Amino acid sequence: MAGGPAPPYNQGMITELGHFALILASAVAIVQMIVPLIGAQKRWPGWMAVAEPAAGAQFALTALSFGALMWAFINSDFSLKLVVENSHSAKPMLYKISGTWGNHEGSMLLWVLILTLFGAMAAWFGGNLPPSLRARVLSVQSAIAVAFFAFIIFTSNPFLRLETPPFDGRDLNPLLQDPGLAFHPPFLYLGYVGLSMAFSFAVAALIEGRVDAAWGRWVRPWTLAAWIFLTIGIALGSWWAYYELGWGGFWFWDPVENASFMPWLLAAALLHSAIVVEKRESLKSWTILLAILAFGFSLIGTFIVRSGLLTSVHAFANDPERGVFILAIMAFFMGGALILFTLRAGTMEAKGVFGLVSRESALVVNNLLLAVACFVVFVGTMWPLLAEMFFDRKLSVGPPFFNAAFTPFMVLLGLILPVGSVLPWKRARIARAVRPLRYAFVLALAVGGLAWTMQSGRSLLGPMGLFLGAWLVAGVVVELAQRTGRGAGRWARLRRLPRADWGKAVAHAGLGVTMAGIAGLTAWTQDDIRVAQIGQPWDVGGYTLTLNEVNEIRGPNYQSTQADVTLSRDGSVISQLKPEKRFYPVARMPTTEAAIDYNLARDVYVVIGDQQDNGGWTVRVYVKPLTNWIWIGCGLMALGGLLSLSDRRFRVAAGARKTRATPVPAE
Amino acid sequence: MKRLVLILMLLASPLAAVQPDEMLEDPALEARARELSRGLRCLVCRNESIDESNASLARDLRILLRERLQAGDTDAEAVDFIVQRYGEYVLLRPEVTGANWLLWGAGPLMLLIAGGVGFVYLRGRSRATQTGETPLSPEEEARLREILKD
Repeated sequence: MAGGPAPPYNQGMITELGHFALILASAVAIVQMIVPLIGAQKRWPGWMAVAEPAAGAQFALTALSFGALMWAFINSDFSLKLVVENSHSAKPMLYKISGTWGNHEGSMLLWVLILTLFGAMAAWFGGNLPPSLRARVLSVQSAIAVAFFAFIIFTSNPFLRLETPPFDGRDLNPLLQDPGLAFHPPFLYLGYVGLSMAFSFAVAALIEGRVDAAWGRWVRPWTLAAWIFLTIGIALGSWWAYYELGWGGFWFWDPVENASFMPWLLAAALLHSAIVVEKRESLKSWTILLAILAFGFSLIGTFIVRSGLLTSVHAFANDPERGVFILAIMAFFMGGALILFTLRAGTMEAKGVFGLVSRESALVVNNLLLAVACFVVFVGTMWPLLAEMFFDRKLSVGPPFFNAAFTPFMVLLGLILPVGSVLPWKRARIARAVRPLRYAFVLALAVGGLAWTMQSGRSLLGPMGLFLGAWLVAGVVVELAQRTGRGAGRWARLRRLPRADWGKAVAHAGLGVTMAGIAGLTAWTQDDIRVAQIGQPWDVGGYTLTLNEVNEIRGPNYQSTQADVTLSRDGSVISQLKPEKRFYPVARMPTTEAAIDYNLARDVYVVIGDQQDNGGWTVRVYVKPLTNWIWIGCGLMALGGLLSLSDRRFRVAAGARKTRATPVPAE
Repeated sequence: MKRLVLILMLLASPLAAVQPDEMLEDPALEARARELSRGLRCLVCRNESIDESNASLARDLRILLRERLQAGDTDAEAVDFIVQRYGEYVLLRPEVTGANWLLWGAGPLMLLIAGGVGFVYLRGRSRATQTGETPLSPEEEARLREILKD
């Protein structure tokens, strides 16, 4: 191409390489699906060994393909249809990069990239697995990859070219041009797809016909990693909705949100039941079933988002052909796994014996509550569809239903959690086990009671949430105190606790903090809507606000109406807030950018509206107590997961070189 | 260019949620209207209530609701009035009638079933004696110990 430096000509090659790498990766996936499986069946080591290099090659090729697509977005290669439809040359670089996955085709490519990444990690770090189990796990993982490669290549190819490239693109949906949302999908996908490892382990164990304590330990780090990513992904999405959608809601029970929440609930259940498999060799078939269902809900999530069957804010794709394809993938993997399960589950006898009151039983109750809660969300999400199909009723199932039907399970879970977590394994005496918790209970009652007397209404929501929060956090403190005993060496013993125990403590406390935050925000939000005149102050919930000025400003790819609002309390200025109303001319979409004054006790949330005939501006102000606790709690849960993941027992299980064993207090 | 942008802005400008001009003078009545509109769905939106929605249809519904309340309707009458015109699709909280019993009953029913199965399982475990599954071979036992060793 001697013609000149025009980018499209130089990039053509890279794009075609990406396309080619994608097809090659799918060919490798087919080999990896078949050869190791036969090898494991026939006990041929050579055939089984194919899995490892194949998993690496599959990942490398998919990464190359994804990299080529990202390259096209970064360089605004408008010969690619996808780039034209989702990018613009004036878009900030961050959103050019995130635009790679801010659309259907690109996000599916990211999906398989993560799928192959997990496969490759299982190949690289799975040295400690029995060769036949490893071969089967990688083969099942690759079968999933084959299905999704076919889906991408035949229905959603990101590398389609245009004959005549236009001068510029049509820009990314402005709602997606936001740092919170730029990284929300990758985390969610890491979570969704991470559960594919649990699925592959479950199916491989079913084919193998054996589940033992070691299996429980192998499957747990993968589930834990998936759960951590889901936690972060959901929190990012919820935080984004909170500040971006303009009225400070953080959770809408939208089908797409539910689609990410259901796998999270089941992954949480799976984490806990895998502990029982590992430590007590019980609950095996249930754990296998959970592993299958957890990934099943990830597929349902993908289906809901990608098919647009249950339309919602997030659905980019509204193409029935794609929906049917994913439905077929789902039917194949779920149907196959469940048939295998019914054939083989009977052979997995439980070994451990335990009393009705024991840690095992508590974990069973945990699983019951999480699974039934997930079921409620599932029924609520699908009900509008079912009611229309079978009862000819066109109806909505909105937040009031979920708040009423789902919340009781979480309240129950919060109530029993501290008790269950201090019960000893095998057989416990309830009175003796819970006695130390009485301090935590009294403290929690006091906190709840205080909230009750300080609030103006008669709603139980806020006090109940604070009670649960205090109960969970204080329960954790009591448990740590119990574990480390009395006397001088306590701090040293506390420091020597296994990371997994710290992880448990931090994650449980995080759940409490999140519950308190949700209750506080929901119960005690105050709002005010008015036409504000420039320079005239007004009061909301103890704060004074003044609208100083409203300006038109110009951003890189948008126009903005920006207000300047002074927030003060008792005469002293707290902050200057600049809420905006933006308009993206290329995408022809307006967005609201709320201005928020954050702190631990409350958020003050200001939104600017339209100018009125009398020259004033519509201004909305919300005072939202405890809001940030929601995300701090999510952060703690994710941190707890990370601490647990870094426990050396998992590293040993994951195949790291054996390190010098240091004595740890037995659980 | 700037004028074009301004025209586009006017065309696309959202009527953000509840507007000051819609609000009723009487704070008690307005509070009732806000509460009720949180349970009514914006017909052209996705799982958003008319209280939150920016759509102009939602604004029409908000105004209609307030008119009914001003005319002296009770909460139930005002909501019924809207349901009669727009169908039960506007209710974000599905009524507990007919097939919807399945929806509302699904959770409690499942909890009962799961609780029953769980209890039977737990009782079985607490009465069982140590039953072996296929015993592991000595090498496998050794390997398992190796892996599980802390």
